[in-house]
Amino acid sequence: MRDALAILAKDLRIEWRTREGISSVFVLGVLLVVVLTMAHDPSPETAPTLAPGVLWAAFVLTGMLGVQRGFLLERENDCLAGLLGAPVDPAAIYAGKLAANVVLLAVMQAVVVPLVGLFLHVDLAARLPALLLVCLLGFASLATLFGALAARVRAREVMLPLLLLPLLVPLLIGAVQATRAVLVGGLAGASGGLGVLAAFDVIFGVAGWLLFAYVVRD
Amino acid sequence: MIGPPIRAERLARGFGGVRVLTGVDLTVAAGEVVVLLGPNGAGKTTLLRILALLLAPTGGRLVLFGTDATRAPAALRRRIGYAGHEISCYPDLSGAENLAFYAQLFGVAEPAARIARLLAWAGLDGAGRRPVRTYSRGMSQRLALARALLHEPDLLLLDEPFSGLDPDAVEGLQQQLLELRAAGHSIVLATHDVDRAAPVASRIAILHRGRIAWAGDGRADDAAVIVAAYRTIVAERA
Repeated sequence: MRDALAILAKDLRIEWRTREGISSVFVLGVLLVVVLTMAHDPSPETAPTLAPGVLWAAFVLTGMLGVQRGFLLERENDCLAGLLGAPVDPAAIYAGKLAANVVLLAVMQAVVVPLVGLFLHVDLAARLPALLLVCLLGFASLATLFGALAARVRAREVMLPLLLLPLLVPLLIGAVQATRAVLVGGLAGASGGLGVLAAFDVIFGVAGWLLFAYVVRD
Repeated sequence: MIGPPIRAERLARGFGGVRVLTGVDLTVAAGEVVVLLGPNGAGKTTLLRILALLLAPTGGRLVLFGTDATRAPAALRRRIGYAGHEISCYPDLSGAENLAFYAQLFGVAEPAARIARLLAWAGLDGAGRRPVRTYSRGMSQRLALARALLHEPDLLLLDEPFSGLDPDAVEGLQQQLLELRAAGHSIVLATHDVDRAAPVASRIAILHRGRIAWAGDGRADDAAVIVAAYRTIVAERA
């Protein structure tokens, strides 16, 4: 736990100092929301049905960018060798990187969600916190594992989406359906979907925890 | 965990069908400085990364401090310091912040005092609060050495530590290595710079085509003898 917190603090300190991750994610997030909304030109009646797709498309694309940046920190100067050479459980490295990704993605959501609400005239921020948190954890768990894997290969920019997106499909379908259900009928209408998403979180989290050592070591 | 810092028997490693190490036998005693010489592609970096527990061998056996390297790696890692080709320090953190981060991971006692001592030892006490991105090559190299020494390892593994250093910095590093040797640290140093490495060596080994092709006493052999042996081996096996 102490090692994971040290890695989290280090990543946040670097991000605070450079703001490279958050600024790139912010620009892409805003751009996607604007383009997707303008392309559909929704009426007040159709806008709420469009919101789940816009929200999660923006989340996934910006999230991949943010997670990739998190592991590029470890590639520069071969800092990963420094981490792996320390007497640290690889699971603690995973936990630290996961926590840093969750913080970055949560900040990104804090920008994208109100923006989607503003453009599509739906009150997302007040109705979706539980759903956003559950999806964020699932996405970050899987993306952290594959971000580490992709950072070690040459074509990493291509590799992360290729590896990650197919496995994210169930989570994304669940997220879109649950978001629509929440917007139509409130949280009670999405309780079944939330349970499925929470199960994905557990599966992805445990898989990352167990497999990270094999992914980062040669 | 008692035993020689390194006992490697027929260590082998390949990458995608290319055999980089084909059977390295190497024993390093406590307080020894072994200089690994070899041309580019000889397998020096691969061997050092295996000894640093960053890479698993595909064949052979590695025993560190009397313990099989496949067991208790966390306990073994506490006794190893590794400075590779790259410095393993975050460019957007200062030198002191990098050392503080690694001190946490290694559980260094009284980290502030230890970091201050190491920065002074590396001649970086005036630059400790500057981002590493602003360091010169020599400063970065000295920071990498300080990082590797942070937890006072019994075994120090250095990959091309003289590369990019000016003559004064080389002399300073040689002096630092001699101090470490006198303090009882075991060191394995990989380089292809015979002249700079020979003064600190207690033993010299030439790695070629993935195995130790020649070994000699560093104190008895002068640089010319080693260079002659090196050229002969590389030419014979070309």
